[in-house]
This record gives sequence, C-alpha cells and structure tokens, in this order.
Amino acid sequence: MAFDLQLRQIGVIAGKEFRDRIRNRWVLAVAVVFAAFALAIAYFGAAQQGSVGFRSIEVTIASLVSLVIYLVPLIALILGFDAIVGERERGSLDLLLSMPLTRLELLLGKFLGLFLALACSTVLGFGLAGVLLATQLPTAALYHYAGFVFSAVLLGAAFLSLAVMVSVFASDRGRASSAAIGLWFFFVLIFDLLLLGGLVLGAGDLGGGWGSQLFPYLLMLNPADVFRIANIFGVEDVRAMYGLATVFPEALARPGLLGAVMVAWIVLPLAVAVWRFRK
Amino acid sequence: MVNGMNGSASSSDSVGVISIRDVRKHYGAVRAVDGVDLDVHAGELFGLIGHNGAGKSTLFKMLLGLVPLTTGSIVVDGRPVHGELFRQVRRTLGYLPENVVFYDNLTGAETLSFFARLKGCPDDDREALLDRVGLAAAGHRRVREYSKGMRQRLGLAQALLGKPRLLFLDEPTTGLDPEGIREFYRILREQRDGGTTIILTSHILSEIQERVDRLAIMKQGRIEALGSVQSLREAMNLPLFFVLRLADGGGAAAAQARLRDTLGDLAGGVEIAANGRELHIHSPREAKMRVLAALAPLTADGRFADVQVREPSLEDVFLGYSG
Repeated sequence: MAFDLQLRQIGVIAGKEFRDRIRNRWVLAVAVVFAAFALAIAYFGAAQQGSVGFRSIEVTIASLVSLVIYLVPLIALILGFDAIVGERERGSLDLLLSMPLTRLELLLGKFLGLFLALACSTVLGFGLAGVLLATQLPTAALYHYAGFVFSAVLLGAAFLSLAVMVSVFASDRGRASSAAIGLWFFFVLIFDLLLLGGLVLGAGDLGGGWGSQLFPYLLMLNPADVFRIANIFGVEDVRAMYGLATVFPEALARPGLLGAVMVAWIVLPLAVAVWRFRK
Repeated sequence: MVNGMNGSASSSDSVGVISIRDVRKHYGAVRAVDGVDLDVHAGELFGLIGHNGAGKSTLFKMLLGLVPLTTGSIVVDGRPVHGELFRQVRRTLGYLPENVVFYDNLTGAETLSFFARLKGCPDDDREALLDRVGLAAAGHRRVREYSKGMRQRLGLAQALLGKPRLLFLDEPTTGLDPEGIREFYRILREQRDGGTTIILTSHILSEIQERVDRLAIMKQGRIEALGSVQSLREAMNLPLFFVLRLADGGGAAAAQARLRDTLGDLAGGVEIAANGRELHIHSPREAKMRVLAALAPLTADGRFADVQVREPSLEDVFLGYSG
C-alpha cells in the first residue's frame, strides 16, 4: 500500500478543489487583486520620489517583490489552512478515506488542486499586468518579468505546502487559522528582524565575523527571503539598494540553486504533512 | 463470555462476509476495542449498539480500514481490510458516517458524481438513486439548501453508489421524520433482499428492534451480547408485562383480588399492581402461557376491556446487558 499511488484518484480530488475555486470566483478575485496591485505599484511606485509612471522593469520588479512577499504567502496560507482539518471538522474526512483512496492521494490531490488555483490566479493577475506593461517595456525585460511571475508561483506553492502541513497537524480550524497567521507573521515580518538582531548580538557586526558567513545560509531558511534574493540579486541597482551585495555571496545566488531551495520548501512541509497524516 | 442465543461470538460454523478475529485497539492505557470476535453473514441486517464510548464507532472505523488495528484481523468480503487489496474491498462498500456534512457548494447530483468518480463506478444511476431516496426534485439544488433530513437521504444515496455488497451506516436515521425513517428501512430491506449485508449503529433502539436480524451489544470495548432480539430477550429472561384495562363499572380492588385468587396457584415471581383503571402483571417468561390461561375466564366474564402482553423492549434488554 505504501507505494500504491493512483494518479486518477489524485486527479479527482485536485479537480474538485480547482473547480470549487473557479466556481466561487476565488481564482478570478485573487487574479484581479494581483493585477490591480501590480499595476498600481508599477505606476505609482516612484511617487515618493515625486514622479509617477512606468519605469524600468528592474525597478518595477523590485517594487512588486515587496508586494508579493506580503500578499502571496498570506493568500496561500488562507487557501490551504483548512484543507484537511476542514474535512475532519465537517465530518467528510472519514467518508473520503472510506473510498478507494489513500491518505497520500488525498493530501496530494488537495495540494495540487489548491496549487493550480493559486498558480492560475498568480499567472493571470501578474500576467495581465505584464501584458499592460509590455506596451511600455522592451521585450527582453518581459523575460525577466516572466521569471518573477514563475518565482511568485513557487513562493505561493511553498507557503501552500506549509498551510497544508498546518491543516494536518491542527485539531480544529480555529487553531489552524491561528497557526497559519502565526507562520505569516514569522516568515514575512519577524524572521528577518530576528536574524539581524541575532547576528548583531551574536557576532557584534555583519562585516566580517562568523555571522556574516552564516547569514546567507540562514536566509535560505525563509522561502520569502529566497524569493527576494532570486528576484533582487540579479539586478545591480536594486541589489545595492537592498544592501545585498555586501552580505550575500554571488555563488549562492544562482537561479538553479535558489530554485532548488524553493522546491525543497515545497516538498519538505508536504512530506512532513504526509508523514503525520499517515501516522 | 458473550451472552445470547448464539453462545459464541461466531454465530455459526461458516465464516461471515465480515470476519473479525480477536480485534483490539488500544490508545495507550485506553482499550477502545478489547478482543472482539464476530462474524456477520451475507444478506444480514446487523445492528451494533452500545453506550457512548463502548467502542462501536472505533470498531466501525476499523471495519472500514480507517483506524489501524492494534492486534487481530478483519476480513471483509474475503479480503483483509487493511491489506494491499484495500481498494478492491472499498469498492464493494457503502458508508454513511454519523453527522456527515457534504460540500455546500455542490448540488446533490454533483455530490453523487464526485463520490462515484472516487469510487471508480459510473454515475449514470445517480438520477435513479436520487429518485429512490426522495430527492429527485432537489437533485440539482445546492446541498446548502438541503434540510438535515435531505442531507441524510443524500448520504444514503451516496452509500448506495456502485451497488455495494456491504453497507455501513452510522446513526443513519438522524434527522429523518417518521415517514422518512420508514422509507429508509424499506430501502434497507430491499438492499438486504438483494443480498447486501448491512451493519448499522443506532441509539434509537425502538427503531431497530423489529428491523435487524441480529445485533451485538458492546460494552467497554467488548461484545457483551450477540444474537437476535428475541434470543437476547430469552437469554436475559426479562419478565413479561401484562396490561389489563378494566371494563366500565368494574372496581380495580375487586378485580385485583379476583386476579390474585386466580393466579395464586402459579409459581412465584408473578407480581400484580393496580394503576388507576389498569392492572399490571409482571410475569417470568416461562409463566407466560399459564398466566394467559388463568386470565381466560376473567376476560370471558367481561371484567377486562383489553389485555396487552408486552415483550421486554430492546431498550430493556440493552440496559440489562450494559447497565
């Protein structure tokens, strides 16, 4: 039974989850939110400097990175926090598991269906913004933009994976939602502060102590930071603006490596969820 | 030791369509199920009753393969329920959980299609199933608009998808009105007559006492009694209850005295009490025919307007075993 995996069963669960989000217009609503925010930030992003209008793709992406880091993890966590615990509370989990369906198939189906919904919203929302930006920007810049959208999809998948893990561990929806919000606060708001604080307290400075050696690796412990590095590091102006050039070695900033770390952030929480759910 | 007419848990020499052998489920020190042996035979309508916490829900979930066994074995339809062939086993099962809540955003028909796809069976009989459970007109309404009773009917239709050989129904009539309950059991009888084996749990003992073929009473994780309702009554030897309603103009005290005289020769254990215009007799089961014979002359002379003989209810039997 351990290796008995039927893609058809995963597809049935995933199809239902995805269709549900299409039918209740979740995908459309989130796509509109993404598109509206993306366009607003692209156009008004430089208002603090006294100007408005579309600027270079690099600066636009740098602005959008902050938006994505706040918005995508939150939406992913909200989307997935009750994937399993919701079924359990509703009383339908036993019914689902009484079908010719393994727990692994149920969990993968849930994740896949929700991921498809989130990915569609992300690609549609930022894609629409990209189409509008395309009239203002050179074609080469749009490849860069496509990479940004792809990394946003991966970021969403990583936080969705965390949300599904929470939904397996939580005993009720209330606790699951609290844990999901806690994860958002931790990864999006607190992690970097703690990291910087810890480094300053532990090593005295970020310039040459062991802290500065460790710092890039510790950033990998946060998928939001991985996403930030992936999108910021390649852009010279923005890298300087974020101060990354001084603290992040170029060797660690290879897209392949960062992509692999992001995939690990998707796979590991899901693997923990599978382990716990099958226990 | 299991009580009842069938002195052992395995009620016959043949192996049942469900065969449970020394099944235990322990959660630390808590013994939710503690050494259950049971055979349920093909085409049987079998009841599983017990107090809350007696272990019946855990046993039910183990039968469905939802909860792993601590020890023992469960074979359903010739296949171990927890083994590699679990998919084949589950395709032959229908299950209606207690308090199931379906997906509010789907219609009744869509709900059946979803579960049919999961079960790997065609959904082309979904309209017929909806019609059979009385939801033909509501099949294309969203489940959020359904009453509790309608959801329960949908649950039964879902359990009947794919023509299962075994039906597991956990408190299946919750929320149904009396007419719905009657129709529900009519459907179950049809299924049973078609060869489907049915196991159900219920707290409404009056509802199942005339409808199940056999039942098991669980207590503290064990099967305390097993057999038909009648066999359990007889094994428990609960007294029969006679209710004699006095005819108009008859005095209760005089009738009681006459009755005492008439029944005086019977063996001990017969108790008579007056209750307004009624006389109540509690009699040992073995004295039933003698009591009836003794009452014959009194009813013949018009002293009583009505005589009722009440067998101990399943509730009496249940409380006798589990109380």
